[in-house]
Amino acid sequence: MAKIVGCITTTHVPSIGGAIAKNLQHDPYWSPFFDGFTPVHAWLKKVKPDVAVVIYNDHGLNFFLDKMPTFAVGAAAQYRHADEGWGIPIVPPFKGDLDLSWQIINTLVEKEFDIVTCQEMLVDHAFTIPMSLLYPGGESPPLRTVPICVNTVQFPIPSARRCYKLGEAIGSAIESWDSDARVVVLGTGGLSHQLDGERAGFMNKPFDLQFIDSLISQPDWATQYSSTELVELVGSQGVELLNWLAARATMSGKVRKVHSNYHIPISNTASGLMAIEPAH
Amino acid sequence: MKKDGLEHKIPGTTIFDGTQARKGYALNKMCFSFNSAENRAEFKADEDAYCAKYALNAQQREAIRNRNVLQLIAAGGNIYYLAKFGGIFGLDVQDVGAQQTGMTKDAFKAKLLAAGR
Repeated sequence: MAKIVGCITTTHVPSIGGAIAKNLQHDPYWSPFFDGFTPVHAWLKKVKPDVAVVIYNDHGLNFFLDKMPTFAVGAAAQYRHADEGWGIPIVPPFKGDLDLSWQIINTLVEKEFDIVTCQEMLVDHAFTIPMSLLYPGGESPPLRTVPICVNTVQFPIPSARRCYKLGEAIGSAIESWDSDARVVVLGTGGLSHQLDGERAGFMNKPFDLQFIDSLISQPDWATQYSSTELVELVGSQGVELLNWLAARATMSGKVRKVHSNYHIPISNTASGLMAIEPAH
Repeated sequence: MKKDGLEHKIPGTTIFDGTQARKGYALNKMCFSFNSAENRAEFKADEDAYCAKYALNAQQREAIRNRNVLQLIAAGGNIYYLAKFGGIFGLDVQDVGAQQTGMTKDAFKAKLLAAGR
């Protein structure tokens, strides 16, 4: 059976793509963020995942309000990035993993998640930036991918409780997959930030730090909050932490923290990074 | 978990719900079109014609004319699509944040830094 080697959760702020293109990794503004990835690069070299399941939210590249799925699973042989309108560089395509896509689709529907399946799917910065951060160098990462998109754009968004259960179901799909593949699960976005309204610039460091800790000590801690409560606590766009929660929930056994980093600000966002592995 | 009351108001925050999505559909659809360089060029060449093509209402047309983010949100705009409109003018999210909070960009950036302390 396939094995989940761990879970990585990271911010996906678009301007990171610009910083990579301009080689600003060692710039004083950017280094507290980029330096956080060094231990995760070493860990990835050690655990060597074959496939990444990437739980993220689309910001208006593949999905528009004409059709807005709550949960969508990619089932394509290849996923392309494209022009998002405000000028971050377009990165090379990513390889899909059709077998794992359908294993996840079949399991989720069996477990009563009414998902949308996508045999064509563009992936936006919320997918591409974490890949560029984890596998720097500008070439396509050396692993296959399955994108899973969560609606965090239009309310009602799925509750934290529902996203946690989605993660558990994705985890069981991976662990019952008849394959010897090593799988890493990514959850992207957050942490606290708000781009819109007079409250723009809002961040909540105490909450973010408590949330990061909770992923080890009590992973379902954030499921106590309603979606509106989360907006109040982490900002309108901070609700992307739902992707972190779903990614974490894929790991059913005891876990240990490999590494975490938290830095304010990257653009308008409190940036977070965490890598978790099974505790043996 | 408490029942999720969308009526719960958060100061300075417009939750993008069904009401906003209905109100803002034409505006958001136009902004979504700015993923394409060809469409961005067409907007720049004739803004009136482009807004008419997407059937913006008077409030949305005025907010686009004013390049005013709070007005665009009041007209049903969602920030992710509005960002694509801002991109046409090279505006980043600090420009957008400064405009909405009535601060200079430097003051807004200082506020972001202060959140880390």
